Amino acid sequence: MSWHTATVALLSKALAAKQVSSRELTSYFLERIAQGKRWNAFLDVNPALSLAQADLADNILASGLGGPLTGIPVAHKDVFVTRGWHSTAGSKMLKDYQSPFDAAVVARLGLPDEENPTAAGMVCLGKTNMDEFAMGSSNENSAYGAVLNPWNPACVAGGSSGGSAAAVAAGLTPIATGTDTGGSIRQPAALCGLTGIKPSYGRVSRYGMIAYASSLDQAGPIGKSAEDCALLLSAMSFHDGRDSTSLADSGEDYSRYLHQGWSEPQINNAAKPLSGLRIGLPAEFFAAGLAPEVAQAVEAGAQQLAALGAILCTVTLPKTKLSIPVYYVLAPAEASSNLSRFDGVRFGHRAAQYSDLQEMYKKSRSEGFGAEVKRRILIGSYVLSHGYYDAYYLQAQKIRRIIAADFQTAFEQCDVILGPVAPDVAWLLGAKTQDPLQMYLADIYTLSTNLAGLPAMSVPCGFNQNNLPIGMQLIGNYFAEARLLQIAHQYQQASDWHLRQPSEVA
Amino acid sequence: MEWEVVIGLETHTQLKTQSKIFSGASTHFGAPANTQACAVDLALPGVLPVLNRQAVEHAIRFGLAIGATIAPVSIFARKNYFYPDLPKGYQISQYEIPVVLGGQVEIIFNGESKLIQLTRAHLEEDAGKSVHEDFIGPHGEPSSGIDLNRAGTPLLEIVTEPVMRSAEEAVAYAKALHSLVVWLDVCDGNMQEGSFRCDANVSVRPMGSAKLGTRCEIKNLNSFRFMEEAMNYEIRRQIELIEDGGEVRQETRLYDPDKKETRSMRSKEDANDYRYFPDPDLLPLQIDQAWVAQVRAGMPILPDAVRNQWQKEFGLSAYDAQLLSQDRATAQLFNALVGLVGQPMAKVAANLVTGELASALNRANLAASDSPLSANDLAPLLERVADGTISNKIAKDIFTILWDEASTGQKSSTIDAIIDQRGWRQISDSGELARLIDQVMTDNAKLVAEFQAGKEKAFNALVGQIMKASQGKANPQQVNDLLRKKLS
Repeated sequence: MSWHTATVALLSKALAAKQVSSRELTSYFLERIAQGKRWNAFLDVNPALSLAQADLADNILASGLGGPLTGIPVAHKDVFVTRGWHSTAGSKMLKDYQSPFDAAVVARLGLPDEENPTAAGMVCLGKTNMDEFAMGSSNENSAYGAVLNPWNPACVAGGSSGGSAAAVAAGLTPIATGTDTGGSIRQPAALCGLTGIKPSYGRVSRYGMIAYASSLDQAGPIGKSAEDCALLLSAMSFHDGRDSTSLADSGEDYSRYLHQGWSEPQINNAAKPLSGLRIGLPAEFFAAGLAPEVAQAVEAGAQQLAALGAILCTVTLPKTKLSIPVYYVLAPAEASSNLSRFDGVRFGHRAAQYSDLQEMYKKSRSEGFGAEVKRRILIGSYVLSHGYYDAYYLQAQKIRRIIAADFQTAFEQCDVILGPVAPDVAWLLGAKTQDPLQMYLADIYTLSTNLAGLPAMSVPCGFNQNNLPIGMQLIGNYFAEARLLQIAHQYQQASDWHLRQPSEVA
Repeated sequence: MEWEVVIGLETHTQLKTQSKIFSGASTHFGAPANTQACAVDLALPGVLPVLNRQAVEHAIRFGLAIGATIAPVSIFARKNYFYPDLPKGYQISQYEIPVVLGGQVEIIFNGESKLIQLTRAHLEEDAGKSVHEDFIGPHGEPSSGIDLNRAGTPLLEIVTEPVMRSAEEAVAYAKALHSLVVWLDVCDGNMQEGSFRCDANVSVRPMGSAKLGTRCEIKNLNSFRFMEEAMNYEIRRQIELIEDGGEVRQETRLYDPDKKETRSMRSKEDANDYRYFPDPDLLPLQIDQAWVAQVRAGMPILPDAVRNQWQKEFGLSAYDAQLLSQDRATAQLFNALVGLVGQPMAKVAANLVTGELASALNRANLAASDSPLSANDLAPLLERVADGTISNKIAKDIFTILWDEASTGQKSSTIDAIIDQRGWRQISDSGELARLIDQVMTDNAKLVAEFQAGKEKAFNALVGQIMKASQGKANPQQVNDLLRKKLS
């Protein structure tokens, strides 16, 4: 049985029907991970621990107390701290770091215990590769090597959740967690032909997520379908008292609209389930810089949604271009401070030799951090410095509010916004590593939603002539995740882009 | 030239909470190193701060007590710098918008009341401690250790305007502030344990000048005596420096109590750029009117209200009222005592509490809250003096007996039993007194002659002799009256 092409929804049925056990599924995927090392998608696996979890899950299933996710394997981005697996955030700074606690997301999705009696019961397969401290758009910034794109091993998998995306695309795990600070779930999902959602800021607890830019970081799933993402997000999101930015009213069933019409609880006209939906296409998202094949695929996606009943209109997000400079002021500012704890004193890398405290700091941090992380720490320290703070940090915060307000203006005309996820498909490894600014431009369509705190998702909508996947982005207003997933699900009922497998995998 | 001293104080007050300001770890003092530091305090990857409401309520309580504005919205900011005892590489503090704005603290200085204006008070977390002395590293080498038990302890940093004009005045303010925060029960006031420490900003300027001189900040003064010594040294140093043609450099200085001098720690140029910015892990602190009202409802009566009441209703002097309101336990004991013996005896009750009791507590190094003698123990003593059973002098001796019994845990005797056992009943029988007086007058004919020659002092000497002959048991007023009569 080729379980690796199955969705979570399907595996859930197979487990419930006792066609397969969690232990069998877990062994199957562990074997695929062992065979699939060439993608460099995983940083740490611990088969004994995974199988022990699977046995516990099988016990729960046998007792009839399991939920829809019980016993299903999942892989976690290495930015989530885990007991039992190393947590490195893709950095040499945290090589072999062992966390004494599980991240909220990991605990919530994992096996139930005293502290988490309602946990989802999923089995952890291991930790996935990522750009160091989630800083990057290609996964080439990992201290443990780049991740290869399962659609073409010469290409990048995207980033920073590149390991999670490649692992799902290569069939090494049914689904994976990721985090998105400026596009890090949506862009690798798009580049690997997957579905991924970044929920509204505050939906998912950041406790145990190694912080990059605290006001932008948000966790979410990367999977094969909107339905799978809805299942995982429902289990991931809850109010967590340990995260002051966690929403008080966070837990909800994100699958609840999947089988409904946009404007009615039943789908009365099967051909037009989305009738009544207004989709706004921002002019700025289709301007210069967008690869023609991507533009065509996204426009075709829009047309298909129109065929399903949606009304298309043009909206404007005038400050889109400013999202890059604003992001590259604010995110590095927060990062420069968040990464100060990596000082060689209590944990993580410490230089072997030093003559005094200052040298210990300098050498430990110089050796432990990679080039992109250092670049962002420098930018962040600069923009927060005395005399520059007003001109950079404060100014960026003001524009951030304008960007958020622009979205609200657009949402007066439409229910959701549709555009590309990224300007182009996956590029060749190394093509942009010498030019950070080129790399930063890859996030032009995703950054603004993080700045505004809005939910957004990536949905496969086609391929270019080289058979590389293209994703379209759906952006919703605050807390509209269930609606985004509904639209994506209806689209996926009428298309098969999301079901395609790389030839090497199938 | 005449110089004017300008001092402002920043006081780090450790707030009395069970757990730390952003984590659930205990704040208990004195535990083995690093046993009270949880993942949040250690700044392990992935942890996040959660604000302790109790710390906020203490800040509100303080703000209300000093008539300050409680900011409806205040912001936590990160103060970024590297130091081994600062686990996150930043301290969470409040910068642009603190929780408490303005307000004033009343001090009595040179017998006069003065209001010290405050600029602000803000919440922040304490750092850990670096242990440099007697610390042995993992390989037996002399090393430095880090104890993070204190990391994350809640502090309220209370900042005055530069309004104090002498070291002594600044110390008077520090003492008044200390007694207020202890009174409010927001701080345990333990200076040895670092619960109350001051930084002093000191400058001098020519008398009459409106422009402030360059200031130096003396860090971490944790005793009133060191504070006064340090500021006075610093004032002399600055004046001498300027008079010798030099200039004061803006810098941070430390006080060395052994050498009794301040020395430079770092200059302004070496100061960190702290790169303050709002902490994205914490929402703005919102304090609505309901919360303020709730804290207000739970406030103890304030010391100045108590002092006013005592002065007005009991006729106490401002000085006595000040002494009795140093801490809440003393004030409560005094109030209880007056309740038992009656308002007309408030003054003698005050004398007992500020006199014998205060010195006994002082000698035993005890706080008033730990006094072995209660108002119930002390009331009969005052009553026996009032009804003439014993003299004041005897009352002091009985106090000592009661104190010794109570503090050594012996079975306490009743005051009447002590009086009877020791034959200390005051001699009020005028016949007996007259005999005593006659005897003393006969034995001290010289004094009698001197008095009759107009030397009033001789009268007091005679009274003294009579009291002595009675072993302190004679009623002094009666002795006075009888002697005066006999000599006239």
